[in-house]
Amino acid sequence: MSKRHLALVAAALLTTASLTACGDSGGSSEGDAKTLTYWASNQGASIEFDNQTLKPELDKFEQQTGIKVNVEVVPWSDLLNRLLAAATSGKGPDVVNIGNTWSASLQATGALIPFDDETLAAVGGKDRFVPAALAAAGAPGKPPAAVPLYSLAYALYYNKKMFSDAGITAPPATWEEVVTVGKKLTKGNQWGLALEAANPSENAHHAFTFGQQWGGEWFDSAGKPTFDTPQNVAAVKRYIDLMAVDKIVNPSNAEYAQNQSVADFANRKAGMLLWQAAGSNFKAQGMNPDEWGIAPVPFPATPPAGGKRINSMVAGINMAIFKHTENKDGALEFVKFMTSDAEQVILNRTYGSLPSVKPAGADAAFQAPEQKVLGEVLGSTAAPLPQVAEESQFETLVGTAMKELFADAAGGKAVTEAQVKEKLGVAQQKMGS
Amino acid sequence: MATTTAPGPVRPAGRPAENGAPKQPKRRGPRRSYLPYLLLVPAIVLELGIHVIPMLVGVWMSLLELTQFHIRDWSTAPFAGLENYRVTFDFSSATGKDLLHSFWVTVLYTVASVGLSWVFGMAAAVFLQRPFRGRALLRTLFLTPYALPVYTAVITWTFMFQRDTGLVNQVIEQFGLVSGDRPFWLIGDNSFVALLVVSLWRSWPFAFLCLMAGMQNIPGELYEAAAIDGAGFWRRLRDVTMPMLRPVNQVLLLVLFLWTFNDFNTPYVLFGGSAPKQADLISIHIYESSFVTWNFGLGSAMSVALLLFLLVVTTVYLLVTNRRREHA
Repeated sequence: MSKRHLALVAAALLTTASLTACGDSGGSSEGDAKTLTYWASNQGASIEFDNQTLKPELDKFEQQTGIKVNVEVVPWSDLLNRLLAAATSGKGPDVVNIGNTWSASLQATGALIPFDDETLAAVGGKDRFVPAALAAAGAPGKPPAAVPLYSLAYALYYNKKMFSDAGITAPPATWEEVVTVGKKLTKGNQWGLALEAANPSENAHHAFTFGQQWGGEWFDSAGKPTFDTPQNVAAVKRYIDLMAVDKIVNPSNAEYAQNQSVADFANRKAGMLLWQAAGSNFKAQGMNPDEWGIAPVPFPATPPAGGKRINSMVAGINMAIFKHTENKDGALEFVKFMTSDAEQVILNRTYGSLPSVKPAGADAAFQAPEQKVLGEVLGSTAAPLPQVAEESQFETLVGTAMKELFADAAGGKAVTEAQVKEKLGVAQQKMGS
Repeated sequence: MATTTAPGPVRPAGRPAENGAPKQPKRRGPRRSYLPYLLLVPAIVLELGIHVIPMLVGVWMSLLELTQFHIRDWSTAPFAGLENYRVTFDFSSATGKDLLHSFWVTVLYTVASVGLSWVFGMAAAVFLQRPFRGRALLRTLFLTPYALPVYTAVITWTFMFQRDTGLVNQVIEQFGLVSGDRPFWLIGDNSFVALLVVSLWRSWPFAFLCLMAGMQNIPGELYEAAAIDGAGFWRRLRDVTMPMLRPVNQVLLLVLFLWTFNDFNTPYVLFGGSAPKQADLISIHIYESSFVTWNFGLGSAMSVALLLFLLVVTTVYLLVTNRRREHA
């Protein structure tokens, strides 16, 4: 082969190599100490709203530290996949928001920086954070994989006018009362309660809370799934029966997965709603804040054996740093800034969520009835979802099984205990494979 | 590269035409014979990079116990051997049973969708074969679904299929077609019908386009001759149009089959990540098994199995149709 030919071959190879190499230049974690890339979860009513909320704060951070933060607000439906891709490829942002229920799952990938005592000290120390929120940031016994940023809890929202029209004076405190009240409210095109019954995550959250109240656990102490125990079956059936037996839920809710239940409540089609910090969302949909009231999520009137006084998961958003960052100090600086007292007040006030650091909780912004109820629930009767690596599978599998049960109920089929047990059993089997 | 160069003495024998110019410098010969291969290199490298290597990686992944614990660094994932395949084909377990279920749903979906798309496309193409006023307009109209972006179109369908606010139920009620409760379309038994309708709406214009193009190439004399022989419409369709369309049909049906069988966008946009059991297509099912439950090894094994299945079906199909054409 002559030199000319060699040169031709080399040129051809180089061209193709550079063409194929173009494919994976997606990441942006260059070793530049003056910039950070941040994926924020979508917290407000729209991505645009979040950009507007975050921009002045990030500018403030740049002024203080000289570090520029490039933010991208990622919708929830994409976030887990995007995080997973970043974890797999070792390319992607420096700092991310994660749903706190995913903490242990993402921790297991080993892609996140552990917040050991030293790292926590760099962002202000362990004692700053609300303990329940910090407990939902990774598997027990391991340093947290993230720190809490926004805290949320479930509560029962109710329409005051519908209640007074039906002669109801106080929000229900037990599920039995929910049924009684719900039946009084259900007439014509108005229903007692709205449920997001085709949303697996939402279903799984309620499966957890109801399970706790009925004395069930979704994982045993060794981390093995225990989905089809009699307690869990009874708990899930109680939840499905709100539609199937009590008929206080519109069967149409069985296809709700895009927050239509919030819209139904805001549009006075339903008298009650179980949701996390929904106030700002109601307002965005034109509902006057005087129109609704808030109460803790009810309990069973006579708690079953082993039932716990838990009425919400510790819901919230955490902040994590990828190990592949080349600006760890800057990233920690940024986490410290976002969890500072001042920023916690500003951001959580805008989103209607609760601060995840203790000092900010005392601010006047969080003394409104809604935040007070949510704060009390978080402080006393909320528990984190099982912090096991398989948590995200639990949400999908159990949540989907419940979606199918709701579809049966909506179609007029009776939902028996045996069917609930079978569906949960199948979900459990899939965990093993 | 050296191996691709043809040995010197063979060349003149293989290419006698060049013997007429013996005065040409000798070194032109060898360069010519490997220049084509050289020009193929970029294509081969790209083909390797884009198709072959990812496919081999997929096969390799299917042999690993690849979960969230090892996804960051594959090399640490334990070797699972054929375990993922055992789980995939263990139809007595929950995972295998559901996979088999979704396989049959997909087969039914593919047969119905491809079959109906072909019938609709054929009917429209025959109808529009002769010129008449407004033909161009109708053609454009028929091709609209094909031109729309998939996501926009399917999202519009999800709105139309909503039980309380959707257009479909309003129309049904207007015409008094349903008594009692309004039907659900996006959950339960009807979800398969909804999926099929959207799929059909999306793919029949493609069939129409191909068949129309195919018909343009049939010489008019054939129809004239047939007409003189007294062949009616159906006879001409059967004995002229259909045989002449055979090559078009062969490709069209294969392409529609592969697209429909692997269709991910339609069910994903229509139902979101978790499709109702009645409409649980295999592409969504595999997506759920790997991405949602984070079991990438198992997902890969299922994908490889699906790929093999499609490969077998395609090969058999091509063999059978080619033989038939040769015999025809």
